[in-house]
Amino acid sequence: MEATVTTANSEEKTWGGGNEPMGASYGKMMMWFFIMSDALTFSGFLAAYGFSRFKFIETWPLADEVFTHFPFMHGVSAPMYYVALMTFILIFSSVTMVLAVDAGHQMKKNKVILYMFLTIIGGLIFVGSQAWEWKNFIKGEYGAIETKGGSILQFVKDGKQIALADFAVKLPRERQQLTRNEATWFMEEAAMPSYTVAEVQAGFKAHPDLLIRTEVITNGKQKTVLSRAESEERLAQAALVVEGANLERNEYGNKLFADFFFFITGFHGFHVISGIIINIIIFFNVLLGTYEKRKSYEMVEKVGLYWHFVDLVWVFVFTVFYLV
Amino acid sequence: MSHEHVSNTAGIWKVFFILSAVTIVEVVLGIYKPDSLHHVHFLGLSLLNWIFYGLTIFKAYYIVWSFMHLGGEKSSLRWSIVLPVVFLILYLLFILLTEGHYIYGVFKDSTIKWNF
Repeated sequence: MEATVTTANSEEKTWGGGNEPMGASYGKMMMWFFIMSDALTFSGFLAAYGFSRFKFIETWPLADEVFTHFPFMHGVSAPMYYVALMTFILIFSSVTMVLAVDAGHQMKKNKVILYMFLTIIGGLIFVGSQAWEWKNFIKGEYGAIETKGGSILQFVKDGKQIALADFAVKLPRERQQLTRNEATWFMEEAAMPSYTVAEVQAGFKAHPDLLIRTEVITNGKQKTVLSRAESEERLAQAALVVEGANLERNEYGNKLFADFFFFITGFHGFHVISGIIINIIIFFNVLLGTYEKRKSYEMVEKVGLYWHFVDLVWVFVFTVFYLV
Repeated sequence: MSHEHVSNTAGIWKVFFILSAVTIVEVVLGIYKPDSLHHVHFLGLSLLNWIFYGLTIFKAYYIVWSFMHLGGEKSSLRWSIVLPVVFLILYLLFILLTEGHYIYGVFKDSTIKWNF
């Protein structure tokens, strides 16, 4: 029966249980296979993003023009810096996690407590940063016009994008925002944009130095800016004013761009939150001395695997959404 | 646990240093986007994007091999994790990106205007 024995160390109790053919305990091995399946899920999402991006390769939004915010630097265009900071926070919390695992191997309870605490704090800061990023993305900065054909038109002055608020005029309005307290209690509508299409068109006419930028990417990897005559022609087809982003439309360009951003970073953020919760549970177990009694800190290692996986996914999300 | 564990704090900080350095390189390249890399294409992708993907895989290797300690596991576990992931992801990317590119061509050459 030598050939069927799967492990080197327990020849006489092959069927007696307790075998570890892969040299890892059941829990750890299953954590690895869970991570593998989760990695495939994320790959599916990112591949779908790639599919849609290839499909609309000439009109996809440029990340540098979308994610430009940094805390306390209002109005300054600072692409990359904020997301780089988030990446460092997550890498650092990964380091503290691996230090906690390392301390666990040496049965140093106080060190495990300290490093797990730092890991949890790092995770919380990351989730908070992501919430801030979402807030900016949803709120938008400039506003845009959607045409009847579904294209997004942005406005530029001297080569720089300009907000609707800087040029749109105020016209007398008949239409009001429908709210619950102004009609029947069950009737309400989505928030109306700050300007109507007519107000934007009138403002554009009043400012002859304004031009329209379309979604189309030129050979120089910039968005196409139309001439004044072309701009007026395109603006005549305006259908909607778009401010910020939601799941239906966004001011940055292709509708799918915002959908994928919300879905993939949201799913990653959900993983971070569940990772924090699991870390907190294990943290309290460490405090109570559970693993000291068990004489093994392998549980810390298992949650560590999950936490590193969250970091690993972020490395790819960072590349795909912000760099490429 | 089947293998001996010695404290490896120095190794951990070394990997942290490598990951940080690579991230800084990515961010600097992402901000300046040098024309010589950004506008030169190889296999339909700019050289800059190839560098970004390469550095991403490089970082992923260090996270998985060092932080997740896969490098220290038995080779049967290593292969049963890495092989399906690598194969399936490459396969999926090949199929979806080829298809996406094909649909792009269909809409470019036809008179349909369609955006969803």
